[in-house]
Amino acid sequence: MTQTVPEQAIVTPAHGGSTESKREWRKYISFSTDHKVIGIQYLVTSFIFYLIGGFLATLVRTELATPASDLVSPDLYNGLFTVHATVMIFLWIVPAATGAFGNYLIPLLIGARDMAFPKLNAVAFWMIPPGGILLMSSFFFGAPGSGWTSYPPLSLVDNQVGEAIWILSVLILGTSSILGGVNFIVTILKMRAPGMGLNQMPLFCWAMLAASCLILVSTPVLAGALILLSFDLIVGTSFFNPTGGGDPIVYQHMFWFYSHPAVYIMILPVFGLISEILPVHSRKPIFGYKAIAYSSFAISFLGLIVWAHHMFTSGTPPWLRMFFMINTMIIAVPTGIKVFSWLATIWGGKLRLNSAMLFAMGFISMFVIGGISGVMVASVPFDIHVHDTYFIVAHLHYVLFGGSVFGLYAGIYHWFPKMSGRMINEKLGKAHFILTLIGFNICFLPMHKLGLEGMNRRIADYDPKFAVLNVVSTIGAYILAVSTFPFIFNVLYSIFKGEKAPSNPWGGLTFEWQTTSPPPHENFAVDPVLLIAPYEYGTEEAKEIIKAGPFLATAAAEG
Amino acid sequence: MQSSIDSTSVVNYPAEVAHGSGHHAHPDHRILGVIVFLIAEAMIFLGLFTAYLTFRAVSPVWPPAGTPELELLLPGVNTIILISSSFVIHNADVAVKKNDVKGLQLWFAITAAMGAIFLVGQLYEYFHLEFGLKTNLFASTFYVLTGFHGLHVLFGLVLILGVLWRSRQPNHYSETSHFGVEAAEIYWHFVDVVWIVLFILLYLLK
Ligand SMILES: [Cu+2]
Repeated sequence: MTQTVPEQAIVTPAHGGSTESKREWRKYISFSTDHKVIGIQYLVTSFIFYLIGGFLATLVRTELATPASDLVSPDLYNGLFTVHATVMIFLWIVPAATGAFGNYLIPLLIGARDMAFPKLNAVAFWMIPPGGILLMSSFFFGAPGSGWTSYPPLSLVDNQVGEAIWILSVLILGTSSILGGVNFIVTILKMRAPGMGLNQMPLFCWAMLAASCLILVSTPVLAGALILLSFDLIVGTSFFNPTGGGDPIVYQHMFWFYSHPAVYIMILPVFGLISEILPVHSRKPIFGYKAIAYSSFAISFLGLIVWAHHMFTSGTPPWLRMFFMINTMIIAVPTGIKVFSWLATIWGGKLRLNSAMLFAMGFISMFVIGGISGVMVASVPFDIHVHDTYFIVAHLHYVLFGGSVFGLYAGIYHWFPKMSGRMINEKLGKAHFILTLIGFNICFLPMHKLGLEGMNRRIADYDPKFAVLNVVSTIGAYILAVSTFPFIFNVLYSIFKGEKAPSNPWGGLTFEWQTTSPPPHENFAVDPVLLIAPYEYGTEEAKEIIKAGPFLATAAAEG
Repeated sequence: MQSSIDSTSVVNYPAEVAHGSGHHAHPDHRILGVIVFLIAEAMIFLGLFTAYLTFRAVSPVWPPAGTPELELLLPGVNTIILISSSFVIHNADVAVKKNDVKGLQLWFAITAAMGAIFLVGQLYEYFHLEFGLKTNLFASTFYVLTGFHGLHVLFGLVLILGVLWRSRQPNHYSETSHFGVEAAEIYWHFVDVVWIVLFILLYLLK
């Protein structure tokens, strides 16, 4: 690459004057159509809900510190774990993984100025706060207590007002997610910079494309199930009510047709984040670009035909159980391809062990544990033993916390300089990582054993023989709760007092590092053109480009 | 360490080489957006149809004993009206692509009238059926499926009327700019196809 880069000059940041920056914060509570503002709106909103969901979890763990049901009433306990799960899924991980990072990163990564439909994007975001507030309001009417799965007939008889609120809230949040998905698909397919074919896209875009397809195909089926459930609940029809000739199993099928893929909606974007973060901080090209890219789609496709593994104990016929068991186990193959590609990427690299990288590596190790216990529960005989026990609770938290949440933290640390224009404090970041890793494992590792020994989930009291491990687990939960303090303090401190971030603090090759931190309105001073594949770290060409500064150039600039 | 890899500068090529600096006209991807959104819509209906077929498959008798017979004449006529309206609305698309706004208005008005007749016919049927929403499982699925589809027809009708309203402005729709017309047409075809499946499932295969 012998291209001469024109003389560089510093661009005045988009928000220069102090009076202007005083008004700056207001755009974050406005109906902004800027994808970067919307991305940050998603991130902050969903993180607030994460804190609420975490508070509910802390109450649950405090109740479970003793075998007796003594802290809250069993009815409220049911509400606590139901709303905890709903908040964590629909108001934290889904909006943070797809809404926050999808919106913030996709246009920057593909060199576009905004999303394809900026207004639709803002509409999708502004459905989240009302949906979330509605859900929290259910505590005033008797919170929904039938679990986030809301299986009928239980959900039809227990706290009906709370249940109706739950349905409405999930319908609103699901619609928001579908609108977001439409936007991501069209943006990724149509708005890439010149020179960027699908196979030159950063891997996060591949992951978001696969996740958006899942959102589009599966979320509507959940909406269909919830519409029928609300008729049963409010009007008194009996689609799912056996006393009126209905069939509750149909609900389970429709519910899991969404909710298994929902796991991939929550993890695929995070896989994408990890694929971006690892090569930058390993200073090596990504290993197996195409394998990682295409395996996202393999996961999406397989993810749509495994749902009944949640229903092995629901009277599913044996031949059908075989089908779903084998499909489920096959998903380990594309997932394993990703994990091995990541390991090969960091193998022999010049690792930079900063907070982003630590969380990314924590992600790989914790997610693999969740993946392995996933293969265990995929097998029918094992699943029948641990169904509805704490083994499942352990498994899903290793996937969704050890996986998704660790990955989201990695993403926040990695892109914090870009989003805020300030560097984040690494010492506090590392303290946050260590506390999270320790607290997480103390909290959830013992649950495997509790489940294998037969402790049921979703019940406020339990056999005293489980007492010791439950105390351990509760202590872990408290450590986790404490672990968020250094993080929150770090973010607030760094936003105002952190060292000013350069445009490319990590020496990244993707487009977002080739513009200011934070990027100006419409992202790029000139339309970027792709000159080098995104992950060519360590090559001579890349070194030259990073040294020279931005590698964006128009064809005209060359001449 | 940071300064060695940091590019202290930002992209800032002179304006004359930077084509497209300043505000950038976004290319129009709205039709693709409509189509992608309709995939989601189709999945809702697919989910509901599958639920219906499952109810039908697991029930010993279908429709459950004692379900009154469905009258076929009115819904049959309604079906013909809705299907023909898809051909009518296509003429509007042809017209606008020839810059013929009068033609667009005419064909859209006819489509709107046909859609309205369909909805009135469906309401008439609801009021004259011998079973209610809660009579049995067949009755419930019948009302929820046709009602949900009816809401979509209503929404399509609103889209068509919206296009008609906007077409009063001169030059709002032309051979080069007619997103609203195309979107309404695609949506209308979609609603039509869903009805054909529904009609077969609920009236013919019952
Ligand atoms: Cu699953």
